[in-house]
Amino acid sequence: MHDFEYESPRTLAEAVAILGRGDGKPLAGGTDLIDHIRTGRFRPAVVVDLKKIPELAILVSDSHGLRVGAAVPSYKLQSSAVIRQQYTAIADAVSIIGGVQIQNRATIGGNLCTSGPAADSAPALLALGAQCVITGPQGTRTVPLEKFFTGPGKNVLQVGEVLVEITCPAPAPHSGSNYRRFIPRNEMDIAVVGVGVSVTLDASGQTVTAARIGLGAVGPTPILATEAAKFLIGQPVCDASFKTAGEVARTQTSPIDDMRGTVEFRRHVTGVLVERSLREAVARARGESQFHPHVRGSCGG
Amino acid sequence: MSRKRVVTCSINGREQQFLCESRQTLLGVLRDTLDMTGTKEGCSNGNCGACTVLLDGRPVVSCLVLAVECEGAQISTIEGVAQPEKLAPVQQAFLENAALQCGICTPGIIMQTQALLKDNPNPTEAEIRFYLAGNLCRCTGYDKIVKAVQQTAQMGSGSCQPDCCGK
Repeated sequence: MHDFEYESPRTLAEAVAILGRGDGKPLAGGTDLIDHIRTGRFRPAVVVDLKKIPELAILVSDSHGLRVGAAVPSYKLQSSAVIRQQYTAIADAVSIIGGVQIQNRATIGGNLCTSGPAADSAPALLALGAQCVITGPQGTRTVPLEKFFTGPGKNVLQVGEVLVEITCPAPAPHSGSNYRRFIPRNEMDIAVVGVGVSVTLDASGQTVTAARIGLGAVGPTPILATEAAKFLIGQPVCDASFKTAGEVARTQTSPIDDMRGTVEFRRHVTGVLVERSLREAVARARGESQFHPHVRGSCGG
Repeated sequence: MSRKRVVTCSINGREQQFLCESRQTLLGVLRDTLDMTGTKEGCSNGNCGACTVLLDGRPVVSCLVLAVECEGAQISTIEGVAQPEKLAPVQQAFLENAALQCGICTPGIIMQTQALLKDNPNPTEAEIRFYLAGNLCRCTGYDKIVKAVQQTAQMGSGSCQPDCCGK
């Protein structure tokens, strides 16, 4: 493996200073980075382990919302009661990223910073209105997740900048969310299509008052399907509304043909998953369903 | 070459120190520096689970952990599972159910099973299959492995020694 130095700073300022030299790579769970160094895709002079920095390890929620440190591993998110109950799409996503061994190490910040178009956490977080808190040599800035990704494997982070935390606003009453993906296996695979949705219903649970839809693996970056979400506002909660939202979502994709699926297949599956995901999110908003780990219906197609 | 570092950690309940380069994985140090070759190298990229060990009680693929990250950690490997003259119940169950052929995946699956049964002493078949999804076996097929895990659970598994899971 390529030779590198290892640093494990205790403060954010130190990490920013080391990464500011421009020849380092940040390490969180390492499940992407270590493999990328081994295969020669990255050849950093220094690997900067961010796991000892307190700001990247927070996991707190209050009436304003949720704050997740970028280096919090998936298993902690999965076992958080507040994430399961209120930010359920995150629980759906992190419980199907890799297997148990990967979930014990892989972090949500790493998943976003690797910036793969098929990252499972991205559509879930897009649906939940996530913001990225980034600290660098010039200070701290906040970027909405839909503006974070700039291409396959690319994002807005500049030299020396660190993704510190991800925030989500507290869901309104009568809200529910879901993430699901299509893969040809039962588990341990990369999404052919991934869909995250969140919906808010009126007090009667019959009408959609707000919605957000995130799509994965159907474009060069994860996509916020604004048109599909806009269509849903004011619509009655019924299969016809979900179906039309799925059709609109299809028009917002720009997938490629590859070994995992064709353009046509990915477009089709996008609509199907949007329908199913809306149905589950609505059931959760009404209190008729909740997060179930290991249930095929909540994670598989 | 990057400077070498001394790492102090606990392996199977015993304090160990080793010297390593930053680029060495935990898997590499276990096998090549410490001569603990019970942990196997399969894919080297986190897909196959052959190199599964417990890090602070949780199963991880040791090919995707840098050894320098393990300062102060508690590590459990397959070498810590059996008692001196006697196999652990989980190992006995794998033998009795013929849940292995070539054996390369077995140490990782045993460690993963230990972690599963610690968290969930009576798992359903679906829970076993889901928990072991990150451990690939290319010889036996999974049914015998699942049966061996079920038998271990039925034996009431305290199946490991006090030190072996770091908990």
